[in-house]
Amino acid sequence: MSFFAEAGGHAGHGPELADPTAQLLITLLMAIPLAGFALSVILGRRLGSRPWVIAVPAIIATWLIAMFLVWQTLFVGAYGEYGITFTLYEWIPAGQFRVDANFLMDNLTAVMLIVVTTIGMLVHVYSIGYMSHDPSKWRFFAYLNLFMFSMLLLVLAGNYLLVFAAWELVGLSSYLLIGFWYHKRSAALANKKAFITNRVGDVGFALGIMALWTTVGTLNFTEVFTLIPEKVAGGELGPVLMAGICLLLFMGAMGKSAQFPLHVWLPDAMEGPTPVSALIHAATMVNAGVYLVARSSPVFAQSAGALLLIACLGAFTAILAASIALTQKDIKRVLAYSTLSQLGYMFLALGVGAWIPAIFHLVTHGFFKGLLFLGSGSVIHAVHEEQDMDRMGGLAGKIRITHLTMLIGTIAIAGIPPLAGFFSKDEILGETFKFGVYEQAFYVLFVVGMIVAGMTAFYMWRLMGKTFYGKSRVDPHVEPKIHESPWTMTLPLILLAIPSIGIGLALGWPLGDSTIKHWLEPVFHEAEVTLGRELPKVQLFGIDGILIVIAVSVATLGIVIAAALFGIGRKDGRSETVRSLTQRIPFGPALYRASFNRWYFDDLNHLLFVRFGGVVAESAAIFDRAVIDGIVNGTAKVTQGAGDRIRRIQTGKVQNYALGIAIGLIVISIVLLFVVTR
Amino acid sequence: MLDLTGVPVLSILLAVPLVGAILLAFVPGDRPQLVRRLALLIALVTFGISLAAVLAFDPAQSGYQLRETTSWIPFFGIQYDLGVDGISLVLVVLTTLLSWISILASFGPIQSRVKEYMISFLVLEVGMLGVFLSLDLFLFYIFWEIVLVPMYLIIGIWGGANRIYATVKFVLYTLVGSLLMLVALVATAFSYQVATGSWDGAFSVEKLVGFGFDPTLQLFAFLAFFLAFAIKVPMFPFHTWLPDAHVEAPTAGSVILAGVLLKLGGYGFIRFAMPIFPDAARDLAGPIIVLSLIAIIYGAIVAIVQPDVKKLIAYSSVSHMGFVTLGLFAFQEQAMQGAILQMVNHGLITGGLFLCVGIIYERTHDRTIAKMGGLAAKTPIWAAAFGFFIMASVGLPGLAGFVGEFLVFLGTFAVDPLAAAIASLVMVLGAVYLLWMFQRVAFGEVSDFLKGLGHHLTDMTPTEVLTLAPLAALTIVMGVYPALILDLITGPVNELLAALGPATTGMLP
Repeated sequence: MSFFAEAGGHAGHGPELADPTAQLLITLLMAIPLAGFALSVILGRRLGSRPWVIAVPAIIATWLIAMFLVWQTLFVGAYGEYGITFTLYEWIPAGQFRVDANFLMDNLTAVMLIVVTTIGMLVHVYSIGYMSHDPSKWRFFAYLNLFMFSMLLLVLAGNYLLVFAAWELVGLSSYLLIGFWYHKRSAALANKKAFITNRVGDVGFALGIMALWTTVGTLNFTEVFTLIPEKVAGGELGPVLMAGICLLLFMGAMGKSAQFPLHVWLPDAMEGPTPVSALIHAATMVNAGVYLVARSSPVFAQSAGALLLIACLGAFTAILAASIALTQKDIKRVLAYSTLSQLGYMFLALGVGAWIPAIFHLVTHGFFKGLLFLGSGSVIHAVHEEQDMDRMGGLAGKIRITHLTMLIGTIAIAGIPPLAGFFSKDEILGETFKFGVYEQAFYVLFVVGMIVAGMTAFYMWRLMGKTFYGKSRVDPHVEPKIHESPWTMTLPLILLAIPSIGIGLALGWPLGDSTIKHWLEPVFHEAEVTLGRELPKVQLFGIDGILIVIAVSVATLGIVIAAALFGIGRKDGRSETVRSLTQRIPFGPALYRASFNRWYFDDLNHLLFVRFGGVVAESAAIFDRAVIDGIVNGTAKVTQGAGDRIRRIQTGKVQNYALGIAIGLIVISIVLLFVVTR
Repeated sequence: MLDLTGVPVLSILLAVPLVGAILLAFVPGDRPQLVRRLALLIALVTFGISLAAVLAFDPAQSGYQLRETTSWIPFFGIQYDLGVDGISLVLVVLTTLLSWISILASFGPIQSRVKEYMISFLVLEVGMLGVFLSLDLFLFYIFWEIVLVPMYLIIGIWGGANRIYATVKFVLYTLVGSLLMLVALVATAFSYQVATGSWDGAFSVEKLVGFGFDPTLQLFAFLAFFLAFAIKVPMFPFHTWLPDAHVEAPTAGSVILAGVLLKLGGYGFIRFAMPIFPDAARDLAGPIIVLSLIAIIYGAIVAIVQPDVKKLIAYSSVSHMGFVTLGLFAFQEQAMQGAILQMVNHGLITGGLFLCVGIIYERTHDRTIAKMGGLAAKTPIWAAAFGFFIMASVGLPGLAGFVGEFLVFLGTFAVDPLAAAIASLVMVLGAVYLLWMFQRVAFGEVSDFLKGLGHHLTDMTPTEVLTLAPLAALTIVMGVYPALILDLITGPVNELLAALGPATTGMLP
């Protein structure tokens, strides 16, 4: 029996929204940033030295509207427990296949709106300061608005094809922003790599959408989520096909959320300006894959096999990326690998069926990772576009606000209570462990998750130590000019530090009966029922307490080790490095090199796709010229040669030719006629 | 709706460019600017008439509309028979649109024999429109061959260095196909006459569709038609004339070649080859789908390493037109609608791409990718426009290319998931060849070659913007609101599918 039918009888949840005000607001939510983009592009250089006059107010307006909708949805409950849908117009009416531009506003959408619009707005404000010296900053703000439009379309879309469209549009904005400094070859390579790698995932996503449509004949979320369980229950949809659909959709998620082996684009995407890294490549767009799987929870819940694979891949990405983050020297790359690793946690959560913790972590991670990236931007700004941590150090006293806010972000991501990361990460690890009853493999994944937690605390403190503590290794010419960033940059840092501290407690307390649980319960209820995994009651003085103690101890241990190596506030911080450390243990140097070289995935891809693929393409081109066209030209030559020999019958008189053509036609026609009337 | 009862709209549509071409012949050749403006005016009027035809067209009604039938060669039952359905109508508008854009885009680049050039273009327009409007096989054939002559001249006279080779190859290749088609066409009419005892309707498309010809005749006749259309599309392995022709053709020639001429092949399948010989079409669908898949993937792979921008786009056309034949021969509603959308969208997008390439060629006299670099800094508006059409060609949702491509994927998937999976690889390959090219042309440091051009390397002129703007606008409109075309073609597609009978599932061997 479908959940929706139980809960009030509306098949396909959410009645069509009748309230014209809400319709208008949802439309405006996307229309304003789109208009901001269009206006910024049309006016372009004419916007002069303050090109943000359109883009920033547009996003502030968007944020206000979003907050109103969030308030209506989550606090007032104006749209009911299961949200509302609303159709703007008929997008693709192709006979049996009809896709509308329709939107779904429910609790999950509302939670996503909080993250997207809040961080989006703060990044816009931050960019005023960060991009102030860039001659073509109007382009930057235009692209940012385009991104906001695409991302809002993504979280509001009410069917798979519209999500796919938004999916590709955020990909376009990402492409434009990574390549913002297009004159840099590395940027031009990185944005292409991002787009193409994402396209690999999108092939799967697109095929998954086709499979969904051929199976259930619709792409609307609400209908799909009712029909898929019915088809499975009716035996029309076997486990293999079901797993196939899930894994194809997941391929899309792997691309956008940079899961192994499609993770290679995200670190390179750091070529984009830092606000972009914070907004798109840490806090919002890379969450799209997590959102997609969570949104499709009634579909994924039908295939426990697919979910197990997702959990394993998530855990693997988490530990792989964390292992790389240990040795990277570029501050943004450390954060990029950290993002990969945290996204891995979210997929681990989704895979074990811990839907709510996955989204919870998405929210908290959005805030503290956004903070960390913006903080790193402030650092980079202070030391004059230097990103190598070996050329930083001792900055704590010179850029106090940046230091303090990044410290908050670090403690938050490390999982120290009561900061935000603790609550969400603990819930993921806790549910992974507790669901081990249903699936033994989860115990292994739990251990992996714990190790990653320790590694996270370590590499983050390493980042702090190398950047802010110890002796200064900053270029002596730059050293005297180090200064704190303008208020447009520090204000967003402070405003992001607040949720990094408090949002975990605000949404995640009391354990087992938290606000976020109340919000998201209706969204994931059906998936939870389908999976049938019961979560035991929270025992603070039992299993949950033990798990918390373990998690906090592991995180503390990571910080303590890193602090011992890289210092806290000491001016004479030891020049200890992970490298010198690994020289002393067996296989250490090899492991260090592997980690530093990102386990050679980029080299492998280069060999496989650029080198080998290049040879294939070259060969195909030669084949085309030599063989296919060769045959054509060869035939022409032979005909010409034959023509030379039978030239005698060429009299040069048009009548003769006409006669010849006529006779030929008649002969062929008569032959055909015989065939016909045979 | 516009009521044009009693007005021979379609004849006027053919007559305006034809009479215009004749009138141009009397304008003194030493006044090229007058010739250009007159030609543009004629093309714009033709475009306006085609829009009037759209307004007079009733999408709710089935069958052909704006019909004009007059006996021409009564002995053989050959008629001057014009009419449109939704499918031909959108292609007619595409033709009239690209024609005036091409003429406008030739104002700068064409400086010699302007009069002859413009006359050729208008005659070309007559031929193309005639193909889409004809409902009589013989009349269709006449127009089909008329198209060849002006195109032969356009490439051969106003083309690049190797133009003679390219244009002779183009004409001979196409001619081989179309002569066989002529034979098959006559044989079909004979066969009809034998069966009914009368020549009445022996060349009429309406009479021939659903007639149920003998399987053997269907097979041979279909093969002959197939060859003609497959060369035109062009399908693998009959595609090698296309890169040569594109490289040598002047910009506007390429626009029309890619935008309309290739569609004549797709249209031929839809209007003639498939419905008249449905059994043969069904029997041969498997191999044709395989050829289409090869074209899609192979065209994209070969495009990756092309050193010349125009050649790269030519191979991309092979790949994109593969979707058209794949969609048609999947015998499935969405796939067929997608194929028709793809024809229109490819016309808009590739037209835009060739215009962009032409604009930069005007300044650099070079199209070698390796010599370019950093154009985004030098000519930002141009780079933005080029990037826009590249994204459309990559199949970005919200722009035209996506809807057609996705519908073809979807319909194919419903019939044969494996074929769809193979075809969908082009989502990656398309991004590879187009974005790599764009990166090398537009991004990075400004190349020495471009630096050497100094102030000659200017951004787009207002006229050039004007040629691209309508295509860009339509690319967005068709991506956001494809119902504009889908509503017109849904009826005819269902009629065609009904005439074809059910698909045989599992096309791939």
